[in-house]
Amino acid sequence: MIGVRLLVGTRKGAFVLTSDGKRDKWEVNGPHFAGWEIYHLKGSPVDQNRLYASQSSGWFGQIVQRSNDGGKTWEPVGNKFAYDGVPGTHQWYDGTPHPWEFKRVWHLEPSLHDPDTVYAGVEDAALFQTTDGGQNWTELPGLRGHGSGPRWQPGAGGLCLHTILIDPSDPKRIFIAISAAGAFRSDDGAKTWQPINRGLRSEGIPNPTAEVGHCVHRIAMHRSRPRTLFMQKHWDVMRTDDGGDSWQEVSGNLPTDFGFVIDVHAHEPETIYVVPIKSDSEHFPLDGRLRVYRSRGGGNEWEALTNGLPQRDCYVNVLRDAMSVDSLDPCGVYFGTTGGQVYASANAGDSWTAVVRDLPPVISVEVQTLR
Amino acid sequence: MIRVVLPPHLRTLARVTDEVAVEVDGRPTLGSVLDALEASYPVLRGTIRDHVTLKRRPFLRFFACEEDLSHERPDTPLPDAVVRGAEPFLVVGAMAGG
Repeated sequence: MIGVRLLVGTRKGAFVLTSDGKRDKWEVNGPHFAGWEIYHLKGSPVDQNRLYASQSSGWFGQIVQRSNDGGKTWEPVGNKFAYDGVPGTHQWYDGTPHPWEFKRVWHLEPSLHDPDTVYAGVEDAALFQTTDGGQNWTELPGLRGHGSGPRWQPGAGGLCLHTILIDPSDPKRIFIAISAAGAFRSDDGAKTWQPINRGLRSEGIPNPTAEVGHCVHRIAMHRSRPRTLFMQKHWDVMRTDDGGDSWQEVSGNLPTDFGFVIDVHAHEPETIYVVPIKSDSEHFPLDGRLRVYRSRGGGNEWEALTNGLPQRDCYVNVLRDAMSVDSLDPCGVYFGTTGGQVYASANAGDSWTAVVRDLPPVISVEVQTLR
Repeated sequence: MIRVVLPPHLRTLARVTDEVAVEVDGRPTLGSVLDALEASYPVLRGTIRDHVTLKRRPFLRFFACEEDLSHERPDTPLPDAVVRGAEPFLVVGAMAGG
């Protein structure tokens, strides 16, 4: 059967939403792990029934859950995230040295080839890996050991590693992004890393064009063009066509270029989506109108997509991991809001419907295309 | 046997519905009852105290016999009433948040 499965992480549990290929009727299953914050869930690209979930709580810390049946049942796996060696310090908000402290897993990125291998992006920023299905997690220390590590500083949401992209043509090439250190690339399977922030300009830091210190909110890639990346930075929408060696701004005619999410159409590598948010001090849509913006030319020229989205009195946010696309034709686009709505478009954004309206605040949305 | 009462989220995680009982070798202490609890329910490792430092997580407290044992050393003996099984050892989540 062809269908889609949405994996929705919220402030108070996880939800699994399923539909057939038409994507007009949905079954809602959950909450799983009720009462816990679920920062992210993601399925293995090589086993659609193997899922991983990051479950955390200010009281009880971090749990990682694994499912082998597409989210019907779950089992807790390893939750020990110990930094390699002596952790050292990064900068605190006031610029003083602060010890690296594990807080939570923000993002789980399963391997493209092995369902037991998963990368985890954590706060305080570091990259971990499991090769045994989540039982044991080991830090890949080359990233945090990059010489710039002691200068990294948290964004308002913490010093979080929130984006992990693996190059499908070369799994040793990995891109990650950290708020507020910036983007980094490894060409050798996460052993060594280099900052890839040339071309970014951030007025909120002492040197607006510094090598590190940029508040990158999200990066997206189309699997057919792994050297082209799209970035929603704190302010500014950016693109690179050389694997991050240089970035150009493509905010163009967006009404505001602040935002969190960015994603790429499954079949059109130059069609990208963002949700503009008013500003970093007012985390809601401009004018109370929830609009997805789509560019069919890789940026600069954007069109507002409003059909089915609230166009008055809407003051929700769309967080950085809360947009995803399926690989059906037409491409489905999905996003969740801090107001608990999950919106779906089965026609590449031309029109939208609310799959659910009253979930807890949505932190993340991933989609699996089931075949 | 030492009776241990867990907060609701940890009972769910440990897949128990009521208080649990753990066997402790020798004179039961704050640390040894937590060791025994984690040995019986490995899923609780890291949720009550840090994996590496074994420090209590900040938003949890340990109570017994109407006493707050949260700041006691791990080798602190548990009260006799807890050792006899007359009173439980309580792991309590701070009342905060929404």
